[in-house]
Amino acid sequence: MLRSRIIPCLLMRKRGLVKTVQFKDGKYVGDPINAVKIFNEKEVDELTLLDIDATAEGREPDYKQLRDVAIESRMPLCYGGGITTAKQASDIISLGFEKISISAAALQRPELIKEMAEEVGRQSVVVTLDVKKSLFAGDGYSIFTHNGKRKTNQKLNEFILKAEEYGAGEIVLNNINLDGMMTGYDLKLAGNVRSISKAPLTFIGGAGNVSDMEDLIQTVGICGVGVGSFFVFKGRLKAVLISYSKPERLAF
Amino acid sequence: MIGIIDYGSGNLSAISTLLEKQKIDHVITSDIETLKVMDKYILPGVGAFDPSMKTLRESGLVDVLNVEVLEKKKPVLGICVGMHLLADGSEEGTVSGLGWIPGFVKKIQIDPTMPPPHLPHMGWNSISTISPHSEFFKDVDEKKGFYFLHSYYFSAEDSDTVAATVEFSGKLTCGVVKENIYGMQFHPEKSHQNGMMLFRNFEAL
Repeated sequence: MLRSRIIPCLLMRKRGLVKTVQFKDGKYVGDPINAVKIFNEKEVDELTLLDIDATAEGREPDYKQLRDVAIESRMPLCYGGGITTAKQASDIISLGFEKISISAAALQRPELIKEMAEEVGRQSVVVTLDVKKSLFAGDGYSIFTHNGKRKTNQKLNEFILKAEEYGAGEIVLNNINLDGMMTGYDLKLAGNVRSISKAPLTFIGGAGNVSDMEDLIQTVGICGVGVGSFFVFKGRLKAVLISYSKPERLAF
Repeated sequence: MIGIIDYGSGNLSAISTLLEKQKIDHVITSDIETLKVMDKYILPGVGAFDPSMKTLRESGLVDVLNVEVLEKKKPVLGICVGMHLLADGSEEGTVSGLGWIPGFVKKIQIDPTMPPPHLPHMGWNSISTISPHSEFFKDVDEKKGFYFLHSYYFSAEDSDTVAATVEFSGKLTCGVVKENIYGMQFHPEKSHQNGMMLFRNFEAL
């Protein structure tokens, strides 16, 4: 039977890894290659790497570093950050990544989703939406880009449906309010998005323990369970320690 | 020595890295003379059927592979879209496939009466292997299974060639074997221990 994917989500900054709180205050948590080696040993389901500065700095992905990561990885990889063309996506796929995530570029020019789906196949096209609760937005959430600094005018539900129509193979919802809070996922958002979407979904933001993961899966069924802080910190004082765990019924 | 066929499609480096870790001799090559002296082949592939098949034909390697695989019976392992290329053709396109294992690549149909799987089929799924092909999956943990990422599957014409199935909105073929020709839908190169076992079994053939 198909199982939910428990996915460590690592944020790349200046060739290292950081972990943020509500998209701010990136704390250094180590080196990507070292993290990949640890996650190989833990046999993780999938690994997501997001270069959080690429779009904000208007630069291309760091292909050299991505190559080094892909060579080391024995698990499925998703990369996001600074992708603006289908060619870049296909270059990163040939380095050994399975999926490519786009966000700002897709919001600005949704046709990119189509172009990427034609180039690398729909199954490898991920659209990630960074959202914040908003009283004034139609669906209760606004979509942001550039590390949560720029608010877009896109409506959440409408854009999800558009992305799927254009060829997104997966939609990732990243809740900025809950980033680094470790207080549980936004189950209301998750349930709402699941009810309108036909694609596989992954949720990031809020995981603080294994039962948070279980709650999310109970709410939406089989899904991707993105985890940040909980897999890089240990204890109340947030000492850096990379780990991996999952609900028992998913562990084999 | 295994030749990973470099025809311009597919994620060769991940496969190569894993073989290296297993100390399995291999080269990534698109050179006809090099391919001729290989004992076995891995045919990778990502993306859509037509572009992959066209690139393979344009690479000029199909003739030599037909000789090595069909006449000399050297083992070949097609992975993901590389598996699809073994078929006669695909719903996803119009180009004909290699035709090495009778079958057609079809889009997965979602059964609306079942709990909602969402396309693409993405993630870890258990498999069931089918004798007499189970030997190829020796020491593989079927329950743990493999990593899948696809919307199309190999529909085998001859049920004797079905080596493994996976449950996703019904039962789908995810492994085919015909004599020396092997095709796997999932990604062994990204499936940890099970993937390594599969490559070892392929090497041991």
